[in-house]
Order: sequence, then structure tokens, then C-alpha cells
Amino acid sequence: MPPAFVEFLQFLLSGITSGAIYALVGLGFALIYNASHVINFAQGEFVMLGGMLTWALMSAGLDLPLAIGAAVALTVLAGLALEKLAIEPARDADVVTLIIITIGAGIFLRGVVSVTLGKDFHPLPSFSGDDPISVLGATIMPQSLWVLGVSALVVIALQLFFRYTLLGKSILATSYNRDAARLMGVNVGFVLLLSFGLSAMLGAMAGILIAPITATNFEVGIILGLKGFAAAILGGLGNGLGAIVGGLLLGIIESLGAGYISSDYKDAMAFVVILGVLFFMPSGLFGRRRTERV
Amino acid sequence: MTHSFKTGLMLAGLALGALGLADPSPAHAEDDPIRVGSFLAVTGPASFLGDPELKTLEMYIERLNESGGLNGRAVDLVHYDTAGDANKARTFVKRLLEEDEVDVILGGSTTGTTMAVIPLVERAEVPFVSFAGGVSIIDPVKPWVFKTPHTDRMACEKIFEDMQGRDITRVALISGTGGFGKSMRGQCMDVAPTFGIEIVADETYGPGDTDMVAQLTKIKNTEGVEAVVNAGFGQGPAIVTKNVAQLGFTVPLYQSHGVASKKFIELAGDAAEGVRLPAAALLVAEKLPMDDPQRPVVVGYKATYEAVHGEGSVSTFGGHALDGLMLYKGAVEAAGGIEPAAVRDALENTRGYMGTAGEVTMSADDHLGLGLSAFRMLEIRDGDWALVE
Amino acid sequence: MAHNVRPSGYSKFAKKQTYTRRMGTKKNRAQMLLSERGGGLSLLILVILVLPLFLANNYHYDVVVNIGINAIVVVGLNLLIGHAGQISLGHAGFFGLGAYVSAVLTARYGVHGLVALPVGALGVGILAYAIARPVLRLSGHYLAMATLGVGLIIHIVISREAWLTGGPDGMYVPPLEVMGVAVYGGPVWYWIVAGALILAVWLSLNVIDSPVGRALRGLNGSEVAAQAAGVDTTRYKVMVFVLSAVMAAVAGSLAAHFSEFVSPTKASFLQSILFVTMVVLGGMASTFGAVLGAVMLTLLPQVLADFADYEQVILGLIMMAVMIALPKGLVPTLTALVKRWVRRAGS
Repeated sequence: MPPAFVEFLQFLLSGITSGAIYALVGLGFALIYNASHVINFAQGEFVMLGGMLTWALMSAGLDLPLAIGAAVALTVLAGLALEKLAIEPARDADVVTLIIITIGAGIFLRGVVSVTLGKDFHPLPSFSGDDPISVLGATIMPQSLWVLGVSALVVIALQLFFRYTLLGKSILATSYNRDAARLMGVNVGFVLLLSFGLSAMLGAMAGILIAPITATNFEVGIILGLKGFAAAILGGLGNGLGAIVGGLLLGIIESLGAGYISSDYKDAMAFVVILGVLFFMPSGLFGRRRTERV
Repeated sequence: MTHSFKTGLMLAGLALGALGLADPSPAHAEDDPIRVGSFLAVTGPASFLGDPELKTLEMYIERLNESGGLNGRAVDLVHYDTAGDANKARTFVKRLLEEDEVDVILGGSTTGTTMAVIPLVERAEVPFVSFAGGVSIIDPVKPWVFKTPHTDRMACEKIFEDMQGRDITRVALISGTGGFGKSMRGQCMDVAPTFGIEIVADETYGPGDTDMVAQLTKIKNTEGVEAVVNAGFGQGPAIVTKNVAQLGFTVPLYQSHGVASKKFIELAGDAAEGVRLPAAALLVAEKLPMDDPQRPVVVGYKATYEAVHGEGSVSTFGGHALDGLMLYKGAVEAAGGIEPAAVRDALENTRGYMGTAGEVTMSADDHLGLGLSAFRMLEIRDGDWALVE
Repeated sequence: MAHNVRPSGYSKFAKKQTYTRRMGTKKNRAQMLLSERGGGLSLLILVILVLPLFLANNYHYDVVVNIGINAIVVVGLNLLIGHAGQISLGHAGFFGLGAYVSAVLTARYGVHGLVALPVGALGVGILAYAIARPVLRLSGHYLAMATLGVGLIIHIVISREAWLTGGPDGMYVPPLEVMGVAVYGGPVWYWIVAGALILAVWLSLNVIDSPVGRALRGLNGSEVAAQAAGVDTTRYKVMVFVLSAVMAAVAGSLAAHFSEFVSPTKASFLQSILFVTMVVLGGMASTFGAVLGAVMLTLLPQVLADFADYEQVILGLIMMAVMIALPKGLVPTLTALVKRWVRRAGS
């Protein structure tokens, strides 16, 4: 392999590693948006909860798989509680009011975790060891493959869920037209609850998968949440595949930008690209063009 | 009318209530507690500096009070969390100075928050001991400002000195974009020529980055890189270390004093083997020779801290807070009181104080008082710190 | 496919308020105008005049001046979010840019502060104008992302170009000089910022009641309908976007000279979120709500600082509780309550 190609491949793999993380977080945004048109700014905190709870349970003596299961379950509970206690009572409020509620929820969750579990960074063990895998001269860590693989599985599972189950169809129906869905007998309240539970689950899984790569602490969700939101928007809101593509693109732009242009400005480049895309495609890459009714 | 009337009422009510105007602070009497003010980055990206610093201050002030206080007076700690935000730091320091009327200010976890408040402290003429690393804090010297940790400039010098011994001349830098990384990067660039070192690559990474392989690939493919220096703190250096291992990049890797806690080894895992960094002797407390004069100080602090916060939890950052408190204690005892100007003079006259960072001897033109020798070059071997001879 | 039944605006609340306003008789409307423009403003001035009696030291002045500075930004942002229904998650970028233009021009190039301030405002105005058209074509969350992106890019540039801006650790700013005398200290700045805030509120109230304001309300109801009625919606959106950006920049310049120090956190994403939260908490589409939102969220951290570790827990709870209990924000909800009470008392 020519060195220039190996270098390019390495940049690409690096970008995919970060991108898969953004994608998983972005998927959580897309899911809640689909059901409720709310952007849940506490999504990053679900990611943080997944990682931190797994660490806490492991240090309490649980095995990794058991700790993961329990951490996901607890995070889902937090997601359900958020919907039931904070979103549902304010259901008729403006979207922007709901967003402020989720921002408040994010601050609250960070506070609770810092008080109860402390402020330190904690690592989780890699699921399949730390020996890099060589791909045509470039390398990727096995944990990154885990992130990629789970992301792919989640997308497929969600597609099947939305296409073939009644529950999934109710969520879609609610997303298109809440009132019509209600008239058709869909329990809209339950659908909203479900979507928060599901996206809390996705967030927690993301947090657990990436903790072996980046370590986790109570504030790890802030920047991941931001990147996930950017990924979901870039891909087109409410579109699961869009969030995945958006996340991967974001990661690849950052890494190619750092590799070929300037690591100082890689984040800025990512946002310039997002702005550029939005200027030409105002609903993101895969978003549906919306028409407004008068 | 009602609309605005209500607004106005609430505005006034809130302002009055919240500012606590009901209780004007009482005048200081001779046997009142000594008030130690502190502003630390307990949350935010620099929380792993501020968190152990606050824990140390709380712990040792409690001990101080249990053993009869300072000059027979109790010591009160007033602390505010800046989250590393310089603007918040300014407001809180005004609060410490004007509302809480503290007798000394300890803290400022980061160079940014410290620099932001220096004009306030200088104007108020209150002794101020910072726990931040930047050399700009004490160079040029400001009358009321002191600091306890080694400077980032010294860290660069220590690293380059070690490199000279290994015949390394071509070096790649990778630094965090936060204040710490940016400042140390500048200092390293600055002192490199005096050690005959050439910086051949210069990359950065952001505070929440999850992967630095792209930057390191670029460094690896740069012609003739003989060593990599990483200036940064938090989880970033751990990811850099793991990425270096992933790429099979075998040149020596130097980290900064910004990772000087066991946490770094825990986060970076096996990849940390062979990494070198300059740090205070605290990290290798038990490995110091029995006759090392610093040994009792660092072994004592390590035991005290870890008894409360767990095995392996001690960091040099908490040590800086301890040094700050003890320097103030020494100065109050020497001055025979808390009169600010006398304490300031006593601080400046500190001679041979043995702290966790090393032996401190201050003077009118040195408000740090540490030599390069107080820095030890450590290497990570078998998941633990080892002294490089 | 019609994906969303909601109009493109971010706030459906402002629309409702508009209806009530429009349906009122001419006389009622005149009274309301009197109340908001005359009564509200004079009350604000009264509070500003009386407040210094209760300020004991520089710390108190620091908090109150910061409230004023934030309020100027939020009053401007409220025009955009509350009245034009356009979200911006990037206003801290304009705020920070204004601060840094003043800082860099005065500290590095010796430009007079009173010259640097309008230069910063003009520069930000031009920047806002340049990006306004493409950005404001977007709606809802896409607009939020675009403005967020603009703010983040500004923040990144400020943090990286250390040779100019001092980088992440920030830089000192020389005090403002007026006729050779340095403006320093809480009391002086109190009156400067108070004057600027009164001007901002007056400007905002006037914009709301101008033809532009009416067009804006049309926007918030339905953009398509407004367009059909011959309103050049884009032009008005651009105008109010630029106005709010300039107000943020002026506030930024004032903040820089007041603190004598700037750091990139002024331009950060979290600061942008804070500004939006102030608008929503105080009450969208209410100028005095914006002021109250700034008061609340600037004071809260000072009050909560005493709770140490529990600060964030409590702050998060308060934000959630207020928005759940008063989804329209403090001032509109309270106003409605008082009105109902007055009506009942009158009948």
C-alpha cells in the first residue's frame, strides 16, 4: 500500500470511530424528535448516565454484562421519569419551553451524579481487549468495531420496529399528526413515554460502548450531546438513517480536517460544512421537505 | 400598569433578598475566626484540579481547627465554584473581598481564572496564593500574588533536559486547546531552542475529543520525529496515550505535570507503560530515599488524603492546595497575626518551607520559590510511578 | 408530506397573545400601550433610581451590572425569539465578538474605547446581515443548529487566535476613558449600564409597536399567510436579527470594559443557552419578562453558590419547575393572573 493511502485510511478509520459515537447519540435525538418534535437536550446526560452507572455498579462488585444491563435499565427509568414528571405536565407548552425543561433536566442529572458518584473520570474495560486490528496497514481498536456494529444493529432493529410492529407504527403516526393518531386510537401519551424510554436506552448504550475509549465522568454528556444534535440535524431530523450518516460524516470531516488541514480548526470545519449543507438543503441530508399549512 | 408593576416589585424584591442585604457583615474582632477565601474549578473541564484542591483545603482546615486553630483562632473556609470560568471567578472574588471580607485568598485552579482576578486582589491588597501553573502569574512579580505549583515553563525545561540525556532533538508537540495546553505549548516552543530542541510537528485536540488518531498519524508520518510531548490535562492525555499505542508508534512519549495522579494510569491502562512526565515527589512518596527531607511531608499528606478518599486517589493538585494553606499558616505565625501587609511580607520571606511540591524559598523577585530540582522525572512502569535516575 | 402541523415559528404562544391584542378595541389598546410603554418604562426607571440605595459594596454592584448587561442582550434576543418566532442559539457569539472587538482594539491597537464600541457594533451588524438571509431561510431546529454553528465558530476562532485574543485564558481590557478620565468602579458602571438598558427597553417597546412589529407578529402567526398578504417577511426577519445581534455586541463591549477582562466563555455555547433560557423563563414576547429572566438567572447562581455541591441540582429543579408551572414564562403568567384578579375585583 502506498503510504499516502495508508495515511488516508487511518484518517478515515479515526473519523469513523468518533463518527459512530456521534451517530449513536444523534439517533437518540432523532427518536424523541420523531414522537414529540422535542429536541431533548438531556440526551447527552443519558449517555453520561449509561457510562457512570455501569462504572458505579461494577465497582460495587457486579460483572460487566450484569452492570451494563442494570445501568441501561436505570437510565431507561430516568428517561421515563423525565417524560412522566417533566415533559407530560407541560405537554401543551411551546417547543422552546419543552427544550428549556430538558436543559434543566440535564443540569439536574449532572448535579445528582456529581453529588452521588463524584466528579472523577472513570474508565470501563474494553469488551474485546486492547489489541489494535490492522486494516491494510492502518489500525482500528476492537472497541470501535463494537460501537460501529451496535450502531448498525440498532438502526436495523429500529427500522424493523417502525415498519412491522403496531407500536412502531403508532410512533410514526404520532410523529406525522398527533391529533389524527389520537383519533385513530393511538395512545399518544404512551407513545411519548415509550420514545423517551427508547432514546434513554440508546443513550445509555452509547455511553457504555464509548466509555472504554474515552472514559466517562459527570460532564461527558455536554459535548457528546452537542455533537449528537449536530449529527441528527445534518442527517435530517427524525430520520434514523440520517442521524447515522450525519454522525459518521461529522466524525470523518473532523478527522480529515485535522489530518490534512488544521487540527486547531477541525471542529470549526465541521460546523462550516453543516452550515453549508443546511444552506442548500434546509432539512438536512435526508430530512423531508416540509410544507406549511395555512 | 399591573403588568409592569408586578415586574418591578419582583425585580426589586429579588435583588434585595438575593444579595443578602438583611445581614450586613459584622466587623472583625480579635477572636473572630480567620476567614480563608477560595475559588476553585470544582466542576467543569478542570474539575479534577479543583475537586482534590477543595477536598484538601476542607480536610486540613478541619484538622487545623481540631488542633487549636491558627494562632489560637478558628479558621473558616469560604469557597465558591468557578467551573473554570474566568468571568465567574471575578464575581466570586469580588464577593470574597467585599462581602465575605476574607483575610486571604487561596486558589484559582487554572491560570485563566487566576489571571482574571489578579487586578482585583492587587487593588484590595489581600494576600493571594494561586494553585495554577502558568508562569505569567508570577512573572512579572505582583506584590500580593504567590503560587505553589511548578510553572508550565519548568515542566518544559524538565522534559527537554531529560531529552538531552537521551540525545533527542526532534520533537512533536500535541496539546489540548484549553488554557493549560495552550499555555504550556507556548512555553515549550519558547524554551526549546535553549535545549537544542527542534519542534517539528505541532498538533492540537479539543476538550471533548474522543479520538486523536488523525493528529498522531500526521505526527507519525512527519520525517524524523524522535519523541512526542503531550501538554494537556483531563481525559485527553489518556486518549492520546492509548492512540499512540494503537498506532504502534514507539518513540518516547512525554506527558505533562497535568496528569500527575494515579487516575491517568487507570485511564490509559497498559498503554501508559514507559510514558515519562515531570511531577512533584508526592507521586513517588514511598519510593523516596529514607533520608530525603521531603519524604515525611509527602508520605504524611498521601496517607491523610487516601485514608479519606481511597487508595491511589492522591494527586499533586491537592498537594498544591496543601502547600498554599501551609504557606499561609507559616506566614501568619511568623507575622504574629493576620494583618494583610505583614502576612504578605512574611510570605515573601518564606525560607526553606518543605512542601509537597518541593522546598520553597521565596524572595522579593520570586513568588514561587521552587527550583527545577523539585521536579522529578517519573516513568510509568508496571502500572506505577518510578523515579528516573 | 405535511410533516408538521405547527407553523414554522418557534413560539405558538406569541401568536395567541397577538390575537388578544388585535381583538381589543382601539381604546383598550391605547391603554395597554400606555401601560407598557409609559408605565412599564417609568417603573423600570424608578427601580433603577432606587436600587443603589440598597447596594452596599462593589460585589453588589458587580451582580447588578451583570444583570443589566445580560438584560440588554436578552431584551434584543426576545425581539427575535418572542416576536419574530426565530430561535438563536448563537447570540453569545455576537456578545463575545462585541466584547473582543472592544478588547483587542483598545488593548492591542490603542483605539479609544468609545470608538471601539461602535466599530464592534457595526462589525457584528455587518456579519449578522451577511449571514442572516441564508440562516433565516431555515426554520425550527434547523435554524437553531445554524445559529448554534455560527456561535460555535466565533467561539473557536476567539479561543484559537491567541496572538490576538489571548486564547482560552482571556486578556485584560483597559478601562473606558471619557475625556481623559478612566471610568472605573461599580457605581459609575451602574449608571452607564442602566442608561443602556433603558435605551434597549425603549427601543424594544418601540419596535414592537412599529409597522415592523406588526409585520413580525404576522410572521409568528403564519409566515405563508403574511407573505400572501404582501409582507416581505424575510426583510423583517433580517432586520430584527441584525438589531438583536447589534444589541448583544454593544452589551459585550460594555461587559469587556466593565470587567476589564474578557475570556472566550463569554462567547460559548452554554452562554447562548443561558440567554435563551432567560428569554423563555421570563416570558416570551414580553420585554419586561426578558428583563426579569436576566435578573433571575444572573442572581440564582449567586444565591445557590452557598449550596456548594447541590448548586446544579437545585438550579436544574428550579428551571424545570418554573417552566412546568408557568409554561408561558413568569411575566405573562403573572400578568394574566393579576388581570383576572383585577377583573374579578372590579365586577
